[in-house]
Amino acid sequence: MAEVFAGGKKPEWLFWVGSAGAFDDRYKKVTREFVKILTYLKIDYAVLGTEESDSGDVARRAGNEMLFQMQAMTNIEVLNAYEVKKIVTCCPHDFNTLKNEYPDFGGRFEVWHHSQFLETLIGEGRINISSEIFRNNKIVFHDPCYLGRANKEYQAPRTVLDSIPSVKVEMKRNRSFGLCCGAGGGQMFKEAEKGNKEVFIERTEEAIATGADIIATACPFCMVMMTDGIKYKNQEDRMKNYDVAELVSMGLGL
Amino acid sequence: MIKQILFAVALVITLGIFAWTMRNIFYYFRFTKKLPLNNIPARLRETFSVAIAQTKIFRHPVMGFLHALVFWGFMVILFGSIEMVFDGLAGIERAFGSLGVVYDVLIATGDIFAAIITLAILVFLFRRLFMKVKRFYGPEMKAVSKADANLALSFILILMITLLGMNTFYLILAHNEGHEIVGVYPVSSHLADLFASMNDESIWFWHEFNWWSHILLIFAFANMLPYSKHFHVFMSVPNVFVSRISPLGYVDNMESITKEVKLMLDPSTAFAASTEAPAKFGVSDANDVSWVNYMNALSCTECGRCTAVCPANITGKLLSPRKIMMDLRARMKEKGPGLVRNGESYDDGKSLIGNYISEEELWACTLCNACAQECPVNINQPSIILDMRRYLVLEKSAAPSGLNTVFTNIENNGAPWQFSPHDRMRWADELYLNQL
Repeated sequence: MAEVFAGGKKPEWLFWVGSAGAFDDRYKKVTREFVKILTYLKIDYAVLGTEESDSGDVARRAGNEMLFQMQAMTNIEVLNAYEVKKIVTCCPHDFNTLKNEYPDFGGRFEVWHHSQFLETLIGEGRINISSEIFRNNKIVFHDPCYLGRANKEYQAPRTVLDSIPSVKVEMKRNRSFGLCCGAGGGQMFKEAEKGNKEVFIERTEEAIATGADIIATACPFCMVMMTDGIKYKNQEDRMKNYDVAELVSMGLGL
Repeated sequence: MIKQILFAVALVITLGIFAWTMRNIFYYFRFTKKLPLNNIPARLRETFSVAIAQTKIFRHPVMGFLHALVFWGFMVILFGSIEMVFDGLAGIERAFGSLGVVYDVLIATGDIFAAIITLAILVFLFRRLFMKVKRFYGPEMKAVSKADANLALSFILILMITLLGMNTFYLILAHNEGHEIVGVYPVSSHLADLFASMNDESIWFWHEFNWWSHILLIFAFANMLPYSKHFHVFMSVPNVFVSRISPLGYVDNMESITKEVKLMLDPSTAFAASTEAPAKFGVSDANDVSWVNYMNALSCTECGRCTAVCPANITGKLLSPRKIMMDLRARMKEKGPGLVRNGESYDDGKSLIGNYISEEELWACTLCNACAQECPVNINQPSIILDMRRYLVLEKSAAPSGLNTVFTNIENNGAPWQFSPHDRMRWADELYLNQL
């Protein structure tokens, strides 16, 4: 961003990579696939690169309001300095925090989740997937809490999946009834409390029961959980976990 | 005349006790934190959709529909109950009869609803007594909670039976004495046929019996409710009105922290800072919560829809969102009188966290908002769970070790993991390689 801005240009979009998108090995791949789509569509965008810092979502939900607010104010300062107007991100947690919580600290941006971004481009006819590679696959979508319940966006990721020639199935608990993957609210980074099961196993079992061979996710935390669940249930040979952006990118042959 | 005096006495006693109870309960609101109530039009819309139209209860379609029928029925029957108060005081019958068609419609609807509610309550009682419905169980559902539920249902059942009885014997009485029948009674008119052959004395007796039982039970019920989970009947509509209407994902800002962070980031504002004593961060006891949280706790009827969808609870963890609300209410009830006597600084050596809610419960929450989504009266359990976490972290530095590591990492390198911020663009390396 610094380079583009210094060159006197203001890109239309800021792609907010997010900490997981930048550091989690699996989600780095999603970041790359999404960037390929952006490039393929000739979207005018930039990233903050090393100037981006953690959104603070985890800190806030783990109770560390002080740390969250410091992160929020620092990030807002950077974003405002670059006169950012529109943000797209692959992380529903950052999407929620930037969209709903940053305005309290003077950060007012138009924030899009990548599934909404892809949905719009599909609607405009700019993404057209004719590839048949998923024709025989059964795809089940797992709703991320912070896209779904938190922001009432249930349709965008489904519209994206519907644009990919394939069979779609739903879990019993879907949309606003969707079961959490178990990683929200800081759970991703701590041992689970004592219980009789891990949440991600409960959710993976539900996904397996649909007979699907692809679990589509749209959140870095959900991806870690579902991928772990598939391993735990020894389903790696017949079941894969992809982000919606990866499926689009593969469908476009990028 | 004696009847009127007796009625007036009963009414005064009822209102007196009710006012006293309400004063006690609402006095506790003084010890809760203030929150502004903004966006009234949106709140009215929310009240109409969630409370009046019962939209959220329909997430369980069958039982939800039965509940909605009971609720709508109550609304209509309330009209008749108010009329009974006028009748009782004035010593007349069917005081609102002059309303004509409106009266006929309301009374006919109420008569039908009385029958519907009777059936619905029988279904509810059957479910509670004979079916093992999972959400009615759990460690927080002690015998007293179950008795409370069954008692409330039994009360409503008797209220509906006496209402139908009252209407039935009114019809027979009016018919036998040649009076004009005021109102329309689609259900009771059929019941009247069954009892028409009784002698005049019994008919008079059963009419009086049903009339008095019905109104006195309403009086008793109204005074029992504030001490029961069924306070829900009074509190849930206002609770929906004051409930959070921001997106579920939004977390309320802590202004006190904002002040401190601004000071840290920009010390030049230090002199502008107010001199008030730093408030306690987060919630550790019942009087730390906001008045909306407390209202939430008072309107919870322990239906357990929240706990049934809680991922932590489903997988056997201690956390139960319903228990959090029950604990808050119980704790306020315990500490409230002491607060009234000794003021806000009163300390009884106990607190909400520790004596009621364990840290283990609080840390098991994924903040997925399934409970808040499910609650038919818009209770927001996650906000109070988070406020208690805030207390643990900001006042006690008592986060689980994994989260402490996350805090340190974000503080030092701007990511939850221990990676250098300079590596934030490493994901792109492969792309560049591909371009070469």
